[in-house]
Amino acid sequence: MPSTYDELKRRALAEAQVAGLGGRPVITVGMGICGVSAGAREVYAALQDELKKQGVDAVLHPVGCVGFCYAETLVDIARPGQPRISYKNITPERVPELVRDAVTGANLRSDLALGAWGASPSPAIPNIHEFPEWKHQVRIATRNCGVVDPENTLDYIARGGYAALNKALFDMKPDQVIDEVIKSNLRGRGGAAFPTGQKWKFLAGSPGPVKYILCNGEEGDAGAFNDKALLESDPNTVLEGIILAGYATRATKGYIFIRCEHWLPIQRARRAIKQAYDLGILGKNIMGSEFSFDAAVAQTGESYVSGEETALMEAIEGRRAMPRPRPPFPAAVGLWGKPSNINNVKTYSYVPEIVARGGAWYASVGSERSKGTGLVCLSGDIRKPGLYELPFGLPLTAVIRDVGGGCPDGKKVKFLQTGGPLGGFLPASLMEKTPMDFDAMNATGAMFGSGGIIVGSEDACVVDVTRVLTEFNADESCGKCFPCRLGTHHINQIMSRIAEGKGRPQDMQTALGLAPSLAASLCAHGQLATNPIRTAYQYFKDEIEAHIKERRCPAGRCAAMRSHGSGALAGAGNKR
Amino acid sequence: MATALADVIAALKKESEVTVLSALIEVQEQLHYLPPESIPAVAELTGLSVNDVYTVATFYTHFRFSPPGEHVVEACWGPSCHLRGASEVMAAIEKAVGATFDSDTPDGKFTLRRLSCAGACGHGPVVVLDHKMRGNIGPADVTAFVEQARKSGGEHH
Ligand SMILES: Cc1cc2nc3c(=O)[nH]c(=O)nc-3n(C[C@H](O)[C@H](O)[C@H](O)COP(=O)(O)O)c2cc1C
Ligand code: SF4
Ligand code: FES
Repeated sequence: MPSTYDELKRRALAEAQVAGLGGRPVITVGMGICGVSAGAREVYAALQDELKKQGVDAVLHPVGCVGFCYAETLVDIARPGQPRISYKNITPERVPELVRDAVTGANLRSDLALGAWGASPSPAIPNIHEFPEWKHQVRIATRNCGVVDPENTLDYIARGGYAALNKALFDMKPDQVIDEVIKSNLRGRGGAAFPTGQKWKFLAGSPGPVKYILCNGEEGDAGAFNDKALLESDPNTVLEGIILAGYATRATKGYIFIRCEHWLPIQRARRAIKQAYDLGILGKNIMGSEFSFDAAVAQTGESYVSGEETALMEAIEGRRAMPRPRPPFPAAVGLWGKPSNINNVKTYSYVPEIVARGGAWYASVGSERSKGTGLVCLSGDIRKPGLYELPFGLPLTAVIRDVGGGCPDGKKVKFLQTGGPLGGFLPASLMEKTPMDFDAMNATGAMFGSGGIIVGSEDACVVDVTRVLTEFNADESCGKCFPCRLGTHHINQIMSRIAEGKGRPQDMQTALGLAPSLAASLCAHGQLATNPIRTAYQYFKDEIEAHIKERRCPAGRCAAMRSHGSGALAGAGNKR
Repeated sequence: MATALADVIAALKKESEVTVLSALIEVQEQLHYLPPESIPAVAELTGLSVNDVYTVATFYTHFRFSPPGEHVVEACWGPSCHLRGASEVMAAIEKAVGATFDSDTPDGKFTLRRLSCAGACGHGPVVVLDHKMRGNIGPADVTAFVEQARKSGGEHH
């Protein structure tokens, strides 16, 4: 008989004591992709060496991403009885002095500190809770990110993990779980913002015995890295959400799809699944209940369209990731012909807290029709790039200026490119009056989508960025239906020639005129392919016309690119 | 090589769920490309035709049919990285290596590959050198690591 939740919790707390939480200093290193790309592995190795060398008895473990990409590599040190202090931009060279001074010595090294997590032990170290990029956040899906050890499920349990699953399994009927999700007004975070509870109801109504819960971690949108960050930083929150979805809909197995070669999320998700089986959180009679559920990670090949829900099913069945016509919808005929529910990684990540605290609680956060929080990835021309969990309804100006710190070097914001390569441009002028909200952003022609916001400063050229987006969309068309296969290439040819100073007077009208035929495409890849050019032309007509009529790039980007002979153009359209 | 492929196939036979795609991903993971004999081997493993396997292998940009160069240099050309100067970095890589994206140098030393988003957009421009990701790369950094790679041997993960 698998352990009950109470047994697991006791064991987790006991091991947490053994690990020294409380007795010894705890040192953690931010080792999500962002941390790793900033050199976190080297810092971690240096810490291991240095602790040994200096004979310091401390707990060292990796954490994922707390969200402050700009401060990576982040090393956190919590001395017993004191608030955790984050040290920023740490390099292996800095490690010896950090261990000597900040772990055991008398000098807290305020010169290296980003801040303290709570009332500061030193006047020279600010309180992170008062930072604008923290103050605006409401951490629900990311509540453990950067804190929990993503490779140790007992650490998750010690912090309250799997309590929601326990509550559902023993105190709630499956339908009650769905009711809470419906009450929460949770909308899908994969792009289309469809109400999640309603989708679950469809699957619950489909006959068994075999039904699947699919978790979409394909995350092909350039500029979005929140799915990977969740899987790297707190894979158990995602897994708990998936198991809860399985219980609510009486499904039998869950799959987490991650693009091949994204090793960190793949490894961490696999490890979480393995440990869950070992602890009796997956498999037969989960935590001693009547409910049994399996889970596995499946890798998708490199292909943007494999993130589209029906294409994903083709990929997991082992074929080309080409979308299937709908209906039938996945809830009726899904993976291997069985009823399936598909949601994004982020969508599932909200579920444990919704079940623990109730749908009404979740719905108390956010705006009128966009409830809860959005996981915003800020990148591009921004001072504080990172991943921030922000309540819907927050003005976009607060997102960009307060949280992101605006553009570097005091430059002005020119546009936000949101919603991925099928999303649009939102000009700075509209940023003033638009809140972060699914519907308000849709109304501008841009969209919130999966939460990536790429900021362009006054130095950025709209034609230049649009060309990258249209090239991406052409490259990635799966080729199944010809409006999209031909249309995306046609649009890219036009944008490329405008960027090269060879635009023709009718070019934009021709490109925009493809919209009705593209609307006849099988999936949203083709249907939305005119979004970037439509919004670019709507808000930056003069700049585009200058490229065409005057053969001039007002921002000076396109000219520079031509003289450098960019390789980025070389691969256009000949990838397969 | 032939034994290595046989080992991969033998290991795949023990898996409970194998598809054409999952088998091809595993073959490339172990051998770094899909050797010609891997296609009929995967066809046999999955009970499908050689055509069924080729159609998948040629769809995903991940797969390659010849061994990669000793060093694989991947550069992100996604919009975040692009805004922060990825095209200048890519041009510098092409110049330092003497080949264009996406191709291999004739001496088998380098493979250049474009990534559409490496997932570290906050640190653009992002370059992945022999599977090790590096952020905030400038054109000047590129020559240094290409030179170093030229001197050192091949290094696959
Ligand atoms: C071309 C294309 C690519 C997509 N890529 C993704 C993706 O990477 N991740 C994702 O969750 N949804 C993606 N979607 C949306 C999915 O089809 C689907 O709507 C979503 O996974 C449903 O989850 P949600 O209800 O939680 O949003 C994509 C859609 C299209 C048309
Ligand atoms: S719209 Fe494009 S991506 Fe979608 S099925 Fe058609 S060709 Fe493929
Ligand atoms: S756009 Fe380059 S890492 Fe995302």
